[in-house]
Amino acid sequence: MTATFVGMPPFPEAARAALADTQLRSNLAHATATIRAKRAAVVAEVDDWEELRLAGAAIKDNTLLHLDEHLVALEAALTARGATVHWATDAAEACAVVARVARDHGVDEVVKVKSMVTQEIGLNEALAAEGVLAWETDLAELIVQLGDDLPSHILVPAIHRNRAEIREIFERRMKDVGRPAPDDLVDDPARLAEAARLHLREKFLRARMAVSGANFAVAETGTLVVVESEGNGRMCLTLPDVLVSVVGIEKVVPTWQDLDVFLQLLPRSSTGERMNPYTSTWTGVTPGDGPQEVHVVLLDNGRTRALADEVGRQALRCIRCSACLNVCPVYERTGGHAYGSVYPGPIGAILNPLLRGVGTDEQVDSLPYASSLCGACFEACPVRIDIPSVLVDLRAQVVDAHRAGAPKPEALAMRAAAWSLGSGARLGRLERLSGVVGRVAGRLGRRTLPGGRRALGRLPGLGGWSGARDLPAPPVESFRAWWRRTDGGRTEERA
Amino acid sequence: MRVALSVTCVNDAMFPDTGKAVVTLLRRLGVDVAFPAGQACCGQPMVNTGYLDEAVPVVRNYLETFAGYDAVVTPSGSCAGSARHQHDIVARRSGDPALVEAAAGAPPTYELSEFLVDVLGVVDVGASFPHSVTYHPTCHSLRMLGVDDRPRRLLEAVRGLRLVDLPSAEECCGFGGTFALKNADTSIAMGADKARHVRETAAEVLVAGDNSCLLHIGGMLSRQRAGVRVMHLAEVLAAQEGAA
Repeated sequence: MTATFVGMPPFPEAARAALADTQLRSNLAHATATIRAKRAAVVAEVDDWEELRLAGAAIKDNTLLHLDEHLVALEAALTARGATVHWATDAAEACAVVARVARDHGVDEVVKVKSMVTQEIGLNEALAAEGVLAWETDLAELIVQLGDDLPSHILVPAIHRNRAEIREIFERRMKDVGRPAPDDLVDDPARLAEAARLHLREKFLRARMAVSGANFAVAETGTLVVVESEGNGRMCLTLPDVLVSVVGIEKVVPTWQDLDVFLQLLPRSSTGERMNPYTSTWTGVTPGDGPQEVHVVLLDNGRTRALADEVGRQALRCIRCSACLNVCPVYERTGGHAYGSVYPGPIGAILNPLLRGVGTDEQVDSLPYASSLCGACFEACPVRIDIPSVLVDLRAQVVDAHRAGAPKPEALAMRAAAWSLGSGARLGRLERLSGVVGRVAGRLGRRTLPGGRRALGRLPGLGGWSGARDLPAPPVESFRAWWRRTDGGRTEERA
Repeated sequence: MRVALSVTCVNDAMFPDTGKAVVTLLRRLGVDVAFPAGQACCGQPMVNTGYLDEAVPVVRNYLETFAGYDAVVTPSGSCAGSARHQHDIVARRSGDPALVEAAAGAPPTYELSEFLVDVLGVVDVGASFPHSVTYHPTCHSLRMLGVDDRPRRLLEAVRGLRLVDLPSAEECCGFGGTFALKNADTSIAMGADKARHVRETAAEVLVAGDNSCLLHIGGMLSRQRAGVRVMHLAEVLAAQEGAA
């Protein structure tokens, strides 16, 4: 199981391949439409939804503003309750902590409850290099792991798979890594879930160490919170002797009262449920109950870089609900793999560049452009992240990062456009030229478009446009020329 | 009230009939709109592609051209959005305090349906257009400006017009400015679905408030020989076809 996002091509190229995958298109169109409808229905039930969104955004902003204080408070509370806190600047440091704990206890396998952050840091691969197998126990993550695949959605990592594909993966792979799939497996959701349950139960009961993430970390009591809907989280968090939780530093909330707001926002935005099925909270070590050794790794890995970005820092409000993915018309068609990261979709298009910085990696630099700026994501976001504004700001950062050195054709075209569009007189001169093109097209053009205008043929350099779309020939007379000739239509009216 | 028309660069160069329709419509409603000849572009193509320095002279020209008017009206939700939400960003980027001040003190730029419904207070503009029409609410008019159902109310008041609901109307058509070129395949995939929904309505005319989106959707429909024509909202509202 060595699939990684390393070496993914820039978005346009990756998207081109994904767009041709008809099974993917069909699975995604169906799945996102279903989740969209569910979310819309349960959000509409809440009278003060907009106030909740404002509260969620304000709590996160205020926490981020004093992040240093809240993190120190969290560390103190965790330590007081018997947990060991580790600070990790980057992925390598965080992975090293988890690997060391595994080594100290001589384990060769860990069970994991789905966590984005451990995928972000490549923990499974790092543990594998140390001879430790990491078993994903979330149903969708299990499907991805067994299929040597990559997650394509924040909440539903196997959204690109349908039930027939899942049955095939279970039948083919379960036997290699544990309890085989039942002989008479069919692609009925309940039967598939049962097969996963039996397969995973073996691992839960055997494992001595678990790895989790956390949806929230409550500073006032040192409590970590995991929100899931299968009960596998509860198994991971209670059965093994040793628990390591890797937590991004932006996950801290000051109080339980703050948590209340997010536990209202998250389930409705993510799974379209009124209340989350399994919400687990744990506070350090409880003698005689649950893991007797608890480690918490507080991870930066680019978060302080994002925090320093005036426009982009709002991305750290994200509670990983994936509402923005489900409403995104780009995501719905390309799927998550095209974004080349565990964080796909609109939030991924801003979060990856913010965490990693722009100007050094072509793939990362392509992400802020992977949007038509339609704004559906901002409208759906439960913590009001203005994703379109952050995208536009990141585009400027990408362009600025490449200003030194020889300008690319796009930069030259933009300079020329800016010059032409910087004055009415200059634009007017260009329009006289395009009017000549229009006159020629009127004589020679062979096709008439609906409404009566002549079509322009295919244009050199504009294949991206004219490959699939007709283009009307420019008019013989521009609006400004008409206005001047007719005094704004007044002489025409008299005539 | 001194009202200026910002026709937009796309309409000026490619869709003069839309500009003429706005003039006809507003005169019919008693507004003698001015066309300041210095105008060119709102700067959005540069801003949305990341070229903020390049946008500075374009935005400066916009602000200088329309300073002194009480209101600016434009037949584009996207350009109105740019004037209202991006000029301040570009002005701050320029480092020129005078430009920042000019952006802050600029007259309001209204999208056409906002100007008609909110400023003039009219919904029935005296138009007549006996055709079946479906309406695509463009993303920036819907989500940046919040025009809501204003265009629909205007269309519903047009004599003879039969308005057919567009399925998944609020989903983006995939134009997105330079997105249409930089991510052409995804843009076309989105446009294909929008075109399919338009065809499902069996309407004769697709109407929207932004000609750039219509250039994209209409370009696909015409390539498919779908037999649907696209028209700007202004042209429908200016029409008096078969009126007594």
